Amino acid sequence: MAETPTRSAARSAGEAAPARARRSRGPRTPRPGPGLPQPPDTAGAEAPDTAVPAAPDTAGTLVGFYRQMLLVRRFEERAARAYTEAKIGGYCHLNLGEEATVVGLMAALRPTDYLFTNYREHGYALAKGIGADRVMAELYGRSTGVSKGWGGSMHLFDAEARLLGGYGIVGGQVPLAAGAALAVSYKGGDDVVMCQMGDGTTAIGGFHEALNIAALWDLPAVFVVVNNGLGMGTAVERSAAEPELWKRGAAYRMASARVDGTDVVAVRDAARLAVERARSESRPYLLEAVSPRLKGHSVVDPARYRSKEEKDALKDADPVARTARRLADAGILSPEDRDRIDAEVTAEVEAAAAFADASPQPDVSTLFDYTYATPVAGEQRRLPADPVFRS
Amino acid sequence: MATVTYRQALRDTLRAEMLRDENVLLMGEEIGLFEGSYKITEGLLKEFGPRRVRDTPIAEEGFVGAAIGAAMLGLRPVVEIMTINFSLLALDQIVNHAAKIYGMFGGQASVPLVIRTPGGGGQQLGATHSQNVELFYAFIPGLKVVAPSTPAEASAMLKAAIRDDDPVLFLENLALYNTKGELPDAIDAVEPAEIGRAAVTRPGTDITIIGYSRMARVAAEVADTLAAEGISAEVVDLRSLRPLDRETIVASVRRTGCAVVAEDDWLTYGIGAEIAATVQEGAFDWLDAPVRRVAMAEVPLPYAKSLETAALPSAGSLLTAVRATLAATGRALEPAS
Ligand SMILES: Cc1ncc(C[n+]2csc(CCOP(=O)(O)OP(=O)(O)O)c2C)c(N)n1
Ligand SMILES: [Mg+2]
Repeated sequence: MAETPTRSAARSAGEAAPARARRSRGPRTPRPGPGLPQPPDTAGAEAPDTAVPAAPDTAGTLVGFYRQMLLVRRFEERAARAYTEAKIGGYCHLNLGEEATVVGLMAALRPTDYLFTNYREHGYALAKGIGADRVMAELYGRSTGVSKGWGGSMHLFDAEARLLGGYGIVGGQVPLAAGAALAVSYKGGDDVVMCQMGDGTTAIGGFHEALNIAALWDLPAVFVVVNNGLGMGTAVERSAAEPELWKRGAAYRMASARVDGTDVVAVRDAARLAVERARSESRPYLLEAVSPRLKGHSVVDPARYRSKEEKDALKDADPVARTARRLADAGILSPEDRDRIDAEVTAEVEAAAAFADASPQPDVSTLFDYTYATPVAGEQRRLPADPVFRS
Repeated sequence: MATVTYRQALRDTLRAEMLRDENVLLMGEEIGLFEGSYKITEGLLKEFGPRRVRDTPIAEEGFVGAAIGAAMLGLRPVVEIMTINFSLLALDQIVNHAAKIYGMFGGQASVPLVIRTPGGGGQQLGATHSQNVELFYAFIPGLKVVAPSTPAEASAMLKAAIRDDDPVLFLENLALYNTKGELPDAIDAVEPAEIGRAAVTRPGTDITIIGYSRMARVAAEVADTLAAEGISAEVVDLRSLRPLDRETIVASVRRTGCAVVAEDDWLTYGIGAEIAATVQEGAFDWLDAPVRRVAMAEVPLPYAKSLETAALPSAGSLLTAVRATLAATGRALEPAS
């Protein structure tokens, strides 16, 4: 197939970049190429075989995953309580049920890899290494929060941890992630950009535009669709004509796969494959993690649109309980260990809430500090009651 | 007469219009099974079924464009966009298509479409979810933009919008949904409003306060406070941003001699700028003081309560501006008797 001028230009520009750490690419092979995972072609298929040889996980690693998952769980429960106490305002979307996906995905990244997410991102911030205190403080709208109280629950950002934002406009983050991957590749770096989104987001035009661009330009981006079955109250089958969302990669000849999002190790392995492929070959990837949403869309949603059977079934799908059971069965998590870990993460979360509560709200004098990065002449720094001209 | 909420007025009117005209259908995210993010469409899926109450994917550009196309063939879609912030994803379809089709094709096809969407800040939803960008639509010839502030107006104007042959952006406000007002017991007794007419909702002699949507209600509240001090403020509720009823605005200011505009959007280039320009052109010789505007501080609205509260216009800031304007007239105010 003939290459379009645009694509050859992008490709040669990429190859000419100095100090390029990635392997240079040969001619494009049809997907899936040799050595690549064969995406399952039935719904609910298992995770792809990992082509990356990985050492077996130690008990320490596995218990570490469990600990992080439980931290996310306890953090979200504490946030829900703070919300009902009106300590947290606005919207508050929780990762309850998505802990294995959150922790598995983050375990596949290097600390220098970048992350974009949607507004359901508290867990990602924690698992990317940001302290629970600064995350909770942001939810409380305090100046000690990750976004200095300007963003709130939906808009966590930390340049050092390379969390480049939670975004409240559905799909907004997807083109941004493609662009960040362009910047990484343009500068010759070998970091990867991961972009998390929800199932409902795959209906947004920008999703398709961004995936096409990422594939055309060979960008080191991993797009992750967290399929929690619902966009607010709408089931995937009612919003997606192709509800096997990973298959959308085919439209862009992008490698893609679906993984069980309640299995932390499977998620980590699937994500590692995608990330390492992006890193070494500079090719984007679409990963779908199927993971239940245990509660409402946000803290205030009682989820009445879900049947009782559906709600009951969720209990069996709880990834935290499931992981605890597995580790216990494997003899690496005793009941005492479990209780001790629970006490430790609960204390960490309580301390975070106390820190947030004791932190100050941003001072009104800072209101105009972040409208522009470059000072502008004649900027309107007026409060609502102020006149345009003072005199 | 019955006392109903703004929400109930909208719901009952949608229902009545669907019963009246088979060509009226609803589209939007979460309007069916979920019964609407703000419960405006409660019960309508059950009553009318999925043919006429359509849940859409999260695809604002797609479903608004589809509604425009359906309107070209004579349907009367009423689209709900969850908040006006998300209408920005459909801006192209609204501005480049809905507003252009009638004119660009020499009047051969009209677009009888209604886009219902709430604006509003003040709920700590952060910078992207608290905007008031109705100006973007009020700027466009070919669109109509209405912004009712009471349940009765909402009902009358929704009827008018649905029966109108042009695309109408119907602006609601999160803070108005639970506010109450009178409505005839039989919704069929509500007469469709005339789109493009402002109303003097409260007559007065000392100063004109001009507002729309939530700020029209805040203006009424401020007029009450002033009345207790013996100051007689006239309130003009714009009700329609395009067409703009310049005559009603100018006539009021000619009576009172000064004016303050209350708006929820940003000041620079905002709705108030157009109102102030209109007053200047139509009532220059009657003005005793410069026209002032009370608007949101010009920042991406922060989440933190302390900053959000400082940035948003309120009854307090409007009162300050009204007092300053009255002082600037140099009139000696008679003390309250
Ligand atoms: C452009 C846009 N449209 C609508 C919304 C309102 N909204 C917020 S979350 C959401 C559902 C998103 O579902 P999904 O992508 O599956 O993510 P999840 O909430 O399940 O994580 C909707 C419709 C929005 N924020 N942005
Ligand atoms: Mg979802």
